[in-house]
Amino acid sequence: MSAWTEMVFILLVVFDFFLLASSRLKAVIRAAAAQGALLSVLPLLLATDKAEIGHVLALSIGALVVKGVVIPWLLMWAIREASIRREVEPIVGFIPSLLLCAVGVALAFAFSSAMPLPTPEKHGFLVPTALSTVWTGLLLVVSRRKAVSQVIGFLVLENGVFLFGLLLSDFMPAMVEAGVLLDLFAAVFVMGIVMFDINREFSSLDTEKLSALKD
Amino acid sequence: MFFVILAPLALAALAFADPLQARRPRALLAGGLLHLAGVAFLWIARPAPALGGWLELDPLAKVVLTMISVLFAVCGVYAQGYLARRPDRDNRVFVGGLLVLLSAMTVVACSQHLGLLWVAIELTTLCTAPLIYFDKSARSLEAAWKYLLVCSLGIALALLGTFFLALAGAGEGGPRSLLLADLVRAGGALSSPWVRAGFVFLLVGYGTKMGLAPLHSWKPDAYGEAPGILGALLSGGVTSVGFVALARVVQVCSAAGEGAFARDALVGMGLLSMALAAVFMIGQSDFKRMLAYSSVEHMGILALGLGLGGSAASGAVFHTLNNGLTKGVLFLAAGNIHRSYGSKRVEDVRGAARRLPVSGPLFLAGFLAVTGSPPFSPFFSEFSILNGAIAGGRFVVGGLFLLFLSVIFVGMGATVLKVVQGDPSGAPEMHHGDSWLTAAPPLFLMALVLALGLFLPQELKSLFDAAAARVGG
Repeated sequence: MSAWTEMVFILLVVFDFFLLASSRLKAVIRAAAAQGALLSVLPLLLATDKAEIGHVLALSIGALVVKGVVIPWLLMWAIREASIRREVEPIVGFIPSLLLCAVGVALAFAFSSAMPLPTPEKHGFLVPTALSTVWTGLLLVVSRRKAVSQVIGFLVLENGVFLFGLLLSDFMPAMVEAGVLLDLFAAVFVMGIVMFDINREFSSLDTEKLSALKD
Repeated sequence: MFFVILAPLALAALAFADPLQARRPRALLAGGLLHLAGVAFLWIARPAPALGGWLELDPLAKVVLTMISVLFAVCGVYAQGYLARRPDRDNRVFVGGLLVLLSAMTVVACSQHLGLLWVAIELTTLCTAPLIYFDKSARSLEAAWKYLLVCSLGIALALLGTFFLALAGAGEGGPRSLLLADLVRAGGALSSPWVRAGFVFLLVGYGTKMGLAPLHSWKPDAYGEAPGILGALLSGGVTSVGFVALARVVQVCSAAGEGAFARDALVGMGLLSMALAAVFMIGQSDFKRMLAYSSVEHMGILALGLGLGGSAASGAVFHTLNNGLTKGVLFLAAGNIHRSYGSKRVEDVRGAARRLPVSGPLFLAGFLAVTGSPPFSPFFSEFSILNGAIAGGRFVVGGLFLLFLSVIFVGMGATVLKVVQGDPSGAPEMHHGDSWLTAAPPLFLMALVLALGLFLPQELKSLFDAAAARVGG
């Protein structure tokens, strides 16, 4: 069981690298979807005797449906609808962003070994994987030009936050967890609407063109 | 207490369902007045904590909620005049969104649970982003996109910070809860490295929401492009609830023995915000963007006051009230000037005092008030923050505070005087003069700011002190 769990964590970090290295938009969306789907296994793998089975299932199925299916589908729909060109246009190149990601992962492991976990029974890879994913999400948001890529970055960041939330799933009220999923959904949904209008207004989803406002 | 949360939501649903464009703004007025009545009732009734202690009207909540309620009611009156002038724009989303915003801000102000607080803050972002796009222009779209992206990132990091705090209390004998009272009671039992890390993330997250430098990048764009009424509610209401959120977090940090760390960070960010606002205020050629930098400055003042603690923290609570009301005056007056000239560039706008006999002078008076001139109330709150700095022996902080205030006074004054003075003939004309529906609301707010400056009831004063004492320090 434990070997499987470790495998999942390692795969999640591999997806982080893949997300930053891939140059095709569809591949990035698929990778984000796969990462989300992979996340949904973790509540089941990490469930302890103390956890209520209802909450565990809700978390797992919720993550699978929202992160793995609905939002990637919305994104795919958005690029088809707006006929966006398929390449990711990075501001920071692929190699530098991979290096930055590697530094982030190393720092995340250093950080979590310096921080004593108040709940020692939890898996030791949880915190560094979560922080690496958050870092990857931030990198994606700031280093990519396309609005869709930025939304994917935000999704990956939320994946990381969700992962961290698993540390607390034993005793946190379900409401907070439901709020996370709902808000994520709502955020991307609203972003999608805005994006659709960006497309009509500028006939491209390139946020570089959004630069009339500055001092 | 549920009334003030649910009534605006119900009216928002009504506004969404209402097919009549002209009738919809009345929902705003009704929402504002009902909310105000509800808050007045809460002052008298002193309700017990609701929802298992998740919602409570503590002193800080009382001050901020009252300010928001007054501001919203005034904006509700203003909206009648403003939206009547914009019949070309569909106001369904605008009216509904503002009412949801009112409800969400009420929840943030009263929330005693950090999870609930976070959900409500997220809601304030979601329901204001489409409103910035009210003008449906490329510029307002850019502003809305930036606002949404920057604030969602901030909010995601705030959630991570909230999780850190929850984890800090997850050990053996920890509170395992996000209720403020539980966390404060646990105090030293919280794991201090996690509290510290949590504070950093929460400061970044809610600091983005407040618009503290260097996390303010969305602010000039959003305030510059949003209608005046939304600018007033964003800079008076949303940023204030961001301040409330940060104050709650500081309360937990103080209890956990990490107060000094948190306070130093706040003082640093506060001074940085003021310095940055001073730099960008000089020579600003767009008077709505100028107001945005003024908001960055005042958020800096709030963070500074909170960080200094003691009488400065009490001054910061007072300043939340003053900043909200004065920003209402400035944004509504600026909105009138913008409508009348059809431009917000300083080179196009001159002689506002002659063309708009109420809004022009109000813009000037609002400027004097917001930069801390006596006898307006912001003078007294800024003075008490300065007093706190000097009394605490922080002379460098006090000196920098005064320096930035005076630079901002000069920089902002130059822009405001160009707008207000001079001869309006030849300037662009849109034939939107002052009407009582658009001029009276900011005038009323101005009178409130003046009245609070001339006479501060003892009851309010002790309320500020009680709110500051809760934060600790």
